[in-house]
Amino acid sequence: MRYIALAAVFLGVLSLRPCAVSAADETPPLLHPQWSFDGVFGTYDRAAEQRGFQVYKEVCSACHPVKHLYFRDLTDIGYTEDEVKAIASTYQVTNEQPNDQGQMFQRPGRPSDPIPGPFPNDQAARAANNGALPPDLSMIVKARDGGADYVFSILNGYKDPPPGFKMLTGMNYNEYFPGHQIAMPPPLSDGAVTFADGTPNTVPQMAHDVVTFLTWAAEPNLEARHRDGFKVMMFLIVVAGVFYATKRKIWAAAH
Amino acid sequence: MAQTRPGAGGRIIKWIDYRLPFVGMLQHELYEYPTPRNLSYWWNFGSLSGIMLVVMIVTGVFLAMQYTPHADYAFDSVERIMRDVDYGWMLRYAHMNGASMFFALVYIHLFRGLYYGSYKQPRELLWILGVIILILMIMTAFMGYVLPWGQMSYWAATVITNLFSAIPVIGQGIVTFLWGGFTVGNPTLNRFYALHYLLPFIILAVVLLHLIALHRFGSNNPLGIDMRGPQDTLPFHPYFTIKDLFGLAVFLLIYSYFIFYAPNFLGNADNYIPANPMQTPNHIVPEWYLLPYYAILRSVPNKLLGVILAFGSIFLLFIVPWLDTSPVRSARFRPVYKWVFWLLVIDVAALGWVGANPPEGLVVTVGQIATLYYFVHFLILFPLIGKLERPRPLPASIATAVLQSGGEARLRGTGAPMAKS
Repeated sequence: MRYIALAAVFLGVLSLRPCAVSAADETPPLLHPQWSFDGVFGTYDRAAEQRGFQVYKEVCSACHPVKHLYFRDLTDIGYTEDEVKAIASTYQVTNEQPNDQGQMFQRPGRPSDPIPGPFPNDQAARAANNGALPPDLSMIVKARDGGADYVFSILNGYKDPPPGFKMLTGMNYNEYFPGHQIAMPPPLSDGAVTFADGTPNTVPQMAHDVVTFLTWAAEPNLEARHRDGFKVMMFLIVVAGVFYATKRKIWAAAH
Repeated sequence: MAQTRPGAGGRIIKWIDYRLPFVGMLQHELYEYPTPRNLSYWWNFGSLSGIMLVVMIVTGVFLAMQYTPHADYAFDSVERIMRDVDYGWMLRYAHMNGASMFFALVYIHLFRGLYYGSYKQPRELLWILGVIILILMIMTAFMGYVLPWGQMSYWAATVITNLFSAIPVIGQGIVTFLWGGFTVGNPTLNRFYALHYLLPFIILAVVLLHLIALHRFGSNNPLGIDMRGPQDTLPFHPYFTIKDLFGLAVFLLIYSYFIFYAPNFLGNADNYIPANPMQTPNHIVPEWYLLPYYAILRSVPNKLLGVILAFGSIFLLFIVPWLDTSPVRSARFRPVYKWVFWLLVIDVAALGWVGANPPEGLVVTVGQIATLYYFVHFLILFPLIGKLERPRPLPASIATAVLQSGGEARLRGTGAPMAKS
């Protein structure tokens, strides 16, 4: 009886957590597509990641940086070292140190460089975007409640505002965004990118792929985490079993 | 039994022990230490908490080797740990979720003490040392939460340090002193880092005192009656070492699940946004283990009174041994307290729920009722129930009670515990 009460209290506390998001504004429940990285054995779909990187590069990167990603990280999503070198060299980056004349200079990117963002600093980003700061995308999936589902829903959530809804100038209606007014114009449209592997370039498909890429960007160690976690848990189950049997044997005579 | 057994190295140990009686002390305190034979699994949470403290110190020291305590670099350095340090993600997730696990263990440990009256004569100081540990833990956890310098770090630091501004006259001065400036900034981060590194070792010292006080009279037990002789006890090893080890394995399973499969479930997404003094998050929420105090703080319309009650809710625990007037320790023999105890559990859970939600409508009402009940529980119900309640008769001894449930033959078998099977 006591145990049931305790379990109920514990579960109650756990289940009450998500209530923190206010239910007052009518936001539909987030879309939840099938993610390759969901679940205990989840891994990233490499092809989707690479398509997602393409979407990021050709669409998102016009405004959004991926501050925590380096070119070298791209080997994680299935590019070879040579491919990564080739990708890096298509970017111009500012060298960290000045040259012999004391001048800062541009050079082709190397795998050890961070992937450069579209703007030199936040002020420049705001100036180019009507005062709004396009957030860093390398953390976006972890930095929003709802994670991958939330980002996917935002990308698919653009609609005409309901009749009578007052829009501020320069804002866009998005049914999943808190307050429904988002500064970012609809970033994706059917056919915005052409995938080399012939995957249909619809908005949901591109959103799915870019969110897979961004989830990897936010949580690059997810696969190792899932793999190690399984081993650790299996080991602990065996250990717990051995300890329990030993405990039973030691206590057999005492109780 | 008390002598170190001969064998490899036995003479060296004897030589050392003659001059430094450390092995003999461990032999006494960890091996033969007489422990009530009827301890339930609720008694696992003390040793688990101790192990968790060690886990936190070890993971923390390794994290500190990679972390940069500077307002401009802290956030990025945590991300570098997550991405570029070998198993850095595991260290950090273990440390981050470890804080939650540590509090969960300690709270269960604390409620176990409340249920079985473990704070009563002669264990008052043991209990008080435990409350000191809890306060030190809250301070340590709060300062640790500031270190990643995310949005929630920054604003939690702002909100909590600002509590001191409620103190009349000198309040604002204290806040400036705590910040080391006129806002939460780099000096604040630096001193929090220094203190976050220091406090766990102070906790360790108080844990040592807690253990010394514990070993003076030994553990309380589910019956709440004193041990009266060898028939009531079992040696700590192997009986309780193995029981603790089994509990540890089960605990580590739960802990690992969080580290590997839900590492951010207990955290707040906003803390993955770098600190921005110009933008306040929609809801500033502390970590779950501080929600009840936060709920009490917000339930009182007057700031100073809210601060006093929030702090008071913890400090109240210091006088619990004297608030409880019942001579009977265990709630098993206290027909009224047995149920009232669960009201407190529900009350604290309700406060947690209140703390997690924006203070509007029903949340405010529940918060005020739950806050009121919390203090009524300790200040009025505790002394009153002790006086009015008619406790059920206590068993003559632990051994008798075990004998009733376990059978005489099995009890007699304890002379040679390993003989059977």
